[in-house]
Amino acid sequence: MADNTIVLQAKDITKRFPGVLANDKVNFDLRKGEIHALLGENGAGKTTLMNILYGLYLPDSGEIQVNGQPAVIHSPKDSIALGIGMVHQHFMLIPVFTVAENIMLGEETVRYGMVLDQKAVANRVRELSKQYGLEVNPETLVGQLSVGVQQRVEIVKALYRNAQILILDEPTAVLTPQEADELFVIMRELTKRGVSIIFITHKLKEVLAVADRITAMRRGEVVGTTTPAETDEHKLASMMVGREVILTVEKAPAKPTEVVLNVENLTIEDDRGVEVVRQLGLEVRAGEILGIAGVQGNGQTELVEALTGLRKRKSGKVVLNGKEIPELRPRLNVEAGQAHIPEDRHKHGLVLSFSIADNEVLCTYYQPPFAHGLQRDQKAVLENAIKLVERFDIRTPSPLLPASKLSGGNQQKAIVARELIRPIHLLVANQPTRGLDVGSIEYIHRQIVDMRDRGVAVLLVSAELDEITSLSDRIAVMFHGQIVATMEADKATRSELGLLMAGATSVVPDQVPS
Amino acid sequence: MDWRRFAIIAFVIAIMFGTVVLVGSSQNSPLVIITSMLATTIAVATPLTLGALSGLYCERSGVVNIGIEGMMLGAAFFGWLASIYMNTIFHMAPLVSLITGVIVAMLTGGLFALLHAALSITFKVDQIIGGTVINILAIGITGFLNRQMFFGAGSVFGGQIPHAPGVLPRIAIPLLSKIPVVGRIFVQQPITWAALILVVVTHFVIFKTRWGLRTRAVGEHPRAADTVGINVTRMRYLNVIIGGMLAGLGGGFLTLESISSFEPLMTNGRGFIALAAMIFGNWTPFGAWSAALVFGAAQALQINLQFFRTLIPPQLAILQNSYVVGLAPYILTMLILTGLIGKTIPPAADGQPYIK
Repeated sequence: MADNTIVLQAKDITKRFPGVLANDKVNFDLRKGEIHALLGENGAGKTTLMNILYGLYLPDSGEIQVNGQPAVIHSPKDSIALGIGMVHQHFMLIPVFTVAENIMLGEETVRYGMVLDQKAVANRVRELSKQYGLEVNPETLVGQLSVGVQQRVEIVKALYRNAQILILDEPTAVLTPQEADELFVIMRELTKRGVSIIFITHKLKEVLAVADRITAMRRGEVVGTTTPAETDEHKLASMMVGREVILTVEKAPAKPTEVVLNVENLTIEDDRGVEVVRQLGLEVRAGEILGIAGVQGNGQTELVEALTGLRKRKSGKVVLNGKEIPELRPRLNVEAGQAHIPEDRHKHGLVLSFSIADNEVLCTYYQPPFAHGLQRDQKAVLENAIKLVERFDIRTPSPLLPASKLSGGNQQKAIVARELIRPIHLLVANQPTRGLDVGSIEYIHRQIVDMRDRGVAVLLVSAELDEITSLSDRIAVMFHGQIVATMEADKATRSELGLLMAGATSVVPDQVPS
Repeated sequence: MDWRRFAIIAFVIAIMFGTVVLVGSSQNSPLVIITSMLATTIAVATPLTLGALSGLYCERSGVVNIGIEGMMLGAAFFGWLASIYMNTIFHMAPLVSLITGVIVAMLTGGLFALLHAALSITFKVDQIIGGTVINILAIGITGFLNRQMFFGAGSVFGGQIPHAPGVLPRIAIPLLSKIPVVGRIFVQQPITWAALILVVVTHFVIFKTRWGLRTRAVGEHPRAADTVGINVTRMRYLNVIIGGMLAGLGGGFLTLESISSFEPLMTNGRGFIALAAMIFGNWTPFGAWSAALVFGAAQALQINLQFFRTLIPPQLAILQNSYVVGLAPYILTMLILTGLIGKTIPPAADGQPYIK
């Protein structure tokens, strides 16, 4: 376990991007065999710092020392040579390659100077996976592996390069709670063998559970370093955000009334023609939030696209307010009172090159007061924008600025403003707070709960289990394109949900609620 | 390449061969006809095979290259020009002149490819536009120089068509070429042999070597390659240049191996058909080659049917029209590109510039 030798030290690292000071005189050190958590919101500069340590960016100023020696890291090649390995948030794996090919890429074992020696690599991989208890089969195609196993491949990939320092960037974002627990066991095992780990996350519970030391970052600066023994969730949250944070969403019990959305036997194919949603049925009542929990890629995206008229349905019925909705007619959905906060705000939420004002009328531009016949009324569009910017606290110098100029949180607020200002009966929100800062998350959660209290039916899809459990009145768990269980939110436990998300069909009554 | 695809290819080729055999069987034995068809098919497929391999190196590394047509045309011209210079001005032996021509053709292709690489990798120009630039550039340069050097008053060759050094000699495989009737297939010219060897070599390089693994990696997921210390820019440049040199070799086939003259626009869409072959072959060398053979067979059909034109029965009179038969390769291209014959999966990062 941890002794006090410092294996990696970053001194006064500064990195400036156009318009942003991403790292401002950051100091950070890592001791041998410890798990050092780096905590911070999105945009706090954690990933920038790690990319500097890994050689993907060059710092503007500052010094890095590895094992007490000043280190020059110009490219990943240099950092790999220094024994630094990184598991990126978005895996750096090639789905059409085998596990062995992915692991050896860049460090290939060859015969005759060029021919790949697949066998030698496979043996080495087996050896490593036995040694560290990381089970992977070198011959499988990576694209066929589950996310959790892919992550294991990434770790083996780093160990294959003799990494003694391992950077894990948001490793639990894509895992079920059980997979995350497995990962923590692996991390402990690695530290026992002398590997030092930097664990980047914004999840407070995980930090407290697994870290030896915790450093928090905010707006490019290090706020402080502490240990799990000295701190708690609330202290960490205010370190991260810089003020007191309400971690739970306060809401009154739901008063559901009539059924607004009714889905029956819905089957949907993805772009490759694979059935990703099968015979799915659900209903959402006015005045309640139905949360759909599930690991990403279990058909949630396609389900939301089909419900909002963006994707063909293979079979099945979607009824909104008693009226059946035809497929692929998004405008009919909008006119029937459906609001949609899409998963990818850049691709489907906004037209980035349009002004904020134009974005705010994307659903209604053809109706009065924004258009009279063929003529658009720019004045009404602008007035509408000024009103929404004010009311939804969208921070922008002018509503005529292109939407691309807004920060992520403000872009999301712009979408929320456009969707919620209309008279709606149903809100479909897919990952409404992904990648946002805590302040924006609080705001958007508040808006969603307010809509519920005003009698709107809300269908919430999120991969963040905390978001699901804190907002939902009922929770449906989606696995392999089907709803495997539906339950009252106050009766659901994290571990039960986690098991269902991982595909367990029946759940043993929970002994230790977490 | 899956077996279904090979089956489709075999079926299409069989239909074409069958047509000629059916029409001509009263004058020649089927074996003679099939041999003749095969020999022509392999030869005619050569520039398509090389073009398809060219596209394969480019696209496996993540760069779309629709400039193969232009690279071939430019190489055909400059290779031919070099061989004439060597032959008439430096008085070199025909074979030496021709080999010089082949080298110049490959270098020309490589240079055009360097331009394409710079446009699409360094300057991140839309790769379709980059390729179109190459195509237009090649048409312009070759057309202009062809007129200026050979036809204008006071031009380099004084308005006289110079004495070209002929075409590359045939190489016969010992023993195999001695087999009666069928032996003819084993007598081919050097670029044709080279193309066949390159199919095997490319398969080996792309799927069995370090170079191939890295090439595929930058074409599938350049950031992943970057994070393990692979220089994405360098890999892409080199693969595009290799591709350009192969396209150049294909261009050299037209003026140094097939016929001994140059005509403006003589590539006649072969570069694009080659791309279709590569796509139908699902970005694999053997797949691309067999698809190139389909197009080769279509052309062989046209050539061989002409011998038997008088024998074509009245109910198949449409086959007497060489335009109709000549359209076959292009119709095939369209069918393949509209995806009627199975789904193909390009490299994931094909056509996307890598931005750090």
